[in-house]
Amino acid sequence: MTAAILTALLSYWKRRPAQFAALVLGLALATALWSGVQAINAEARKSYDAAADVLGGGGLRNLVDPKGLISQDTFVRLRRGGWQVSPVVDGWLTTAEGRVRILGIDPFTAPRDGTFGAAAETGNLAGLTGPDAQVFSNTQTAERLANTGVPLQIDDSVAPGMAIADLRTASRLTGKTGYDRLILLPDQPLKQTPLADLAPDLTIEAPATADDIGRLTDSFHLNLTAFGLLSFAVGLFIVHGAIGLAFEQRRPMFRTLRALGVSSRTLVVILMAELLLFALAAGALGILLGYLIAGALLPGVAATLRGIYGATVEGGLTLSPVWWLSGLGIAVLGTALAALSSLYQVARMPPLAPAKPRAWERASQGAIRWQTLAACACFTLSALAYLAGGGLVAGFTLLGSFLLGAALLLPGILLGIIRFASAGARTAETEWFWADTRQQVPGLALALMALLLALSANIGVGTMVSSFRDTFTGWLDQRLVSELYVTVETKDQARALEDFVTKAGGTVLPIWHTDGQIKGAPAEIYGVVDNAVYRDNWPLLASLPDAWDRLAANQGALVNEQLARREDLTPGDMLAMPGGWETPIVGVYSDYGNPLAQVVIPLATLTQRFEALDQSDFGILTDDIPAMRRGLRDTVGLDEARMIDQSALKAFSLDIFERTFAVTAALNVLTLSVAGLAILTSLLTLSAMRLPQLAPVWAIGMTRKRLAWLELIRALALAALTFVLALPVGLMLAWILLAVINVEAFGWRLPMSLFPKDWVWLALASLGAATLAAIWPARQLAKRPPADLIKVFSHER
Amino acid sequence: MNVKALICVLACLVGAPAFGQGFAGLGQAAEDYALPDPATRFAFPDDHGSHPGFRIEWWYITANLTDLNGTTYGIQWTLFRNALRPTGRPEDQAWMAHAALSSPLGHFSAERFARGGTGQAGVTAAPFAAHIDEWGISGPDLNSIRVTAQGPEFHYDLRLTATLPFVPQGQRGYSVKSDAGQASHYYSQPFYTVTGTLTLPGGPVTVTGQGWLDREWSSQPLAETQTGWDWISLHLDTGDKLMGFQLRDEDNTTYTVGTWIAPDGTPTPLTPDQMTMTVLAQTRVAGREVPTDWRVELPDRSVDIRVTAVYPDSWMDTLIPYWEGPVQVSGTHSGVGYLEMSGY
Repeated sequence: MTAAILTALLSYWKRRPAQFAALVLGLALATALWSGVQAINAEARKSYDAAADVLGGGGLRNLVDPKGLISQDTFVRLRRGGWQVSPVVDGWLTTAEGRVRILGIDPFTAPRDGTFGAAAETGNLAGLTGPDAQVFSNTQTAERLANTGVPLQIDDSVAPGMAIADLRTASRLTGKTGYDRLILLPDQPLKQTPLADLAPDLTIEAPATADDIGRLTDSFHLNLTAFGLLSFAVGLFIVHGAIGLAFEQRRPMFRTLRALGVSSRTLVVILMAELLLFALAAGALGILLGYLIAGALLPGVAATLRGIYGATVEGGLTLSPVWWLSGLGIAVLGTALAALSSLYQVARMPPLAPAKPRAWERASQGAIRWQTLAACACFTLSALAYLAGGGLVAGFTLLGSFLLGAALLLPGILLGIIRFASAGARTAETEWFWADTRQQVPGLALALMALLLALSANIGVGTMVSSFRDTFTGWLDQRLVSELYVTVETKDQARALEDFVTKAGGTVLPIWHTDGQIKGAPAEIYGVVDNAVYRDNWPLLASLPDAWDRLAANQGALVNEQLARREDLTPGDMLAMPGGWETPIVGVYSDYGNPLAQVVIPLATLTQRFEALDQSDFGILTDDIPAMRRGLRDTVGLDEARMIDQSALKAFSLDIFERTFAVTAALNVLTLSVAGLAILTSLLTLSAMRLPQLAPVWAIGMTRKRLAWLELIRALALAALTFVLALPVGLMLAWILLAVINVEAFGWRLPMSLFPKDWVWLALASLGAATLAAIWPARQLAKRPPADLIKVFSHER
Repeated sequence: MNVKALICVLACLVGAPAFGQGFAGLGQAAEDYALPDPATRFAFPDDHGSHPGFRIEWWYITANLTDLNGTTYGIQWTLFRNALRPTGRPEDQAWMAHAALSSPLGHFSAERFARGGTGQAGVTAAPFAAHIDEWGISGPDLNSIRVTAQGPEFHYDLRLTATLPFVPQGQRGYSVKSDAGQASHYYSQPFYTVTGTLTLPGGPVTVTGQGWLDREWSSQPLAETQTGWDWISLHLDTGDKLMGFQLRDEDNTTYTVGTWIAPDGTPTPLTPDQMTMTVLAQTRVAGREVPTDWRVELPDRSVDIRVTAVYPDSWMDTLIPYWEGPVQVSGTHSGVGYLEMSGY
């Protein structure tokens, strides 16, 4: 019996393959975008965890010297005083193939919990510590190290972008002469000499966690998640449309089944089983697609994370069963959500109710009034979120509720516009056209809302990206003052470099820096010499009068916008520097793309106050770049790989930038296509049901061709109206992204620029999508046998 | 594998009991390392210091102690030096140390590792000093030393003094370990009297007793097929000392040697298999069956004694685990001593 009912119900889909395809495709796309984004986020999170585990010594506390490196003598003194500590050298090695984080450990004293497990895997102590000391890294990182001549051991359990070696090897590779930190082992012996007696300069530091990298990249992942969610919502509109249509059209079949004695409960249960079947099949397909999407997007995401945040993420995907299950779960949940109202109606339908197509009239004026009220509630919520401020969550609440409110408001506004338009109608045909359009709005509302969301996301994100690109390129032009940037290997090279450049008539600008903690967060401290190029080129967002003079006279420091915003600092405030001294802030500069706080002080102060300096980077001002390059190579002995000229650096920075937003652009296109599909399914649904409304118009003399044309024009008119409404929504979205989300997430605020040319393209794209979606139903109508239309008047259905 | 495995390799190289390649890698070929020479005679105090030309070396102290209530304790302190490469340079040495305290409250042990050439561990002959981290033996000379070590749950600080000279083991200090001729340089100081303080989870305890030092260095002291040892050092109530060990081979045969040391310090090497060691009972410790009750016979000296572990749970829960703890001697002779068993 049950099987027979199920067969009867399923036979419908066999007769309507297009509808079936829409249902499955909608569900699969929704699931795919959602689970693809989840997979990317999960992969990134896993990489952070792996890195943090090793860097933080597996959640153990560290001893650090705020002023710089820790000497071997201090380490031995601590060990002899009863402190179970293990030294770590932590630095970077730059090769032609990219940067690698080198982690040097002491295999003799390192924690035995497997934190550094990797290095130990295949090695033996002699191999790790000897003259041919091995370095452990995963396969990808090994490629970056291939030309360094270091004996490599592949171990894929090493965190991506990282290599683990013995202390001495790491010191040699990174040029460090001390230890960056001492891991404090969990089991300490009974009696210890107080730390203050042994090493008063050292302080105990809480373990590093994945959160440290996670916090920096949160905004990025939140962005992706928001996109995934948006796509999922848009996908659900399609599913809702397809299910609604199928239920609507199977009403006669339901009536027949009920008349044959099937209880409404059995019918609902079997319908649910049918939907579950579809949800699982489409969900599985969606997960597969999601896997492909994630696989395609991940390299770009990984490049972005590495470029902006220095966080390394593996290029390959490994998926957990939880991911698969949650993908299926979300597909089933989405189907349930989309089918809820239809199922409810089937359950409540009297067995012999006339199977009149209700033509989506349930979305009537009343429903639209409710929707408008809900929209107002959403706007109130977003206003509250804006006023409350603070934090990314508030930012995204503002954004989410604003978008939802705008979408909910759409049908009401469309109806208003149509009413206004029909008031001006001159002919009977126009009047009918507008009246008929108004009647269709409730049925098309969901699809149009999806289109609105997709369009405004497109406009908003596009405006943000373009504004960002404009600002960023302008800023790069100003900020990259030197013609040539070089990295030296030794102090001798540095001296030779200065000699040579001065003789050649150029100017050397040391770009020396150290890392430290400012206000409890990691910060970079740079030293600059007093040179006109800085004064002329560095854009200051806010400053005291004569900021550069004050800086040159060692009367203050410049801070980047991120630090100023985060700590609410303005020029004139005092800033506590690592090492226990203070300096006034004389200016704030923009520093896009940098997640860290940054402080600029005079070079002399930097060298005097800090011991552990990275003194290997220099900028060079010159008129003749090729000659300077040649000279540096031949006279100073600098490798070509250690020189980069301004244009290459600019190209590199822009490349990172473009890749950052390539993911966003890809998701944008996908969302828009999903919205196009939503319109198609809705129109198909309507076209089948609208025969009773069209037949009378045909009967009084309008040709089928004319009717089809009007259908097409109507779809275009609605899409155009939606686009026009999407414009302010999108601009508002852009403003929220630039002025609220970016400030919260990255710590910088960008000026907003408008790009009307982009809108024209988008308008054409959306009209194109609507045309494509409407052309098929219109053709169907034009070719409809007149008999079908006549039947409307006699068909008892 | 993990770091544990890496340190395992170190431990294998260093010379704690391990399995495969003889035990503790002690059966590895000597390569370019110096080899023990029967003609070598000890020269003190220089030989108290390290011999980096040889692959492995250790400074090993045990003591049988009692407090005022007559409660028995035992301590062990061992520093191992292992050359990673035959260069003799300090940075090519790896150091490892074990410390243990056997008590009625339980057996406590700890271990330390250090890279050579940093000052974290090392030995100087005169004035004598050996250390790794905060653990140390410091003298003016090796007959008058202070021994300290600690772990998360225990600490000891002992003074050991002896007046008799050091006792060469084997043939005038050349100790043969197998029929194939593997050997080491080996001397002892079995005549220490000990005073000091133990710190236990229950608080400090003042103790006195007798101590024993073993010094040994070699480059390949064991045959490749030897898989473990059972070693005893006994303080007999007659004032005699007995050191003996049997090396167990893969084919279940044993190679037993030892030294009888008279109360005046005169050593008499035992010929191979002159002494026999028979297992009387086993205890299940750390998931293994370990013989903690032995019959030791030396018919030529009318010795037929039972050597019983005072604390059968004296398991060294170190990277390379083994059993080591104080024993009680009964039978034809009575006394106390130490038992070390590896390869179980």
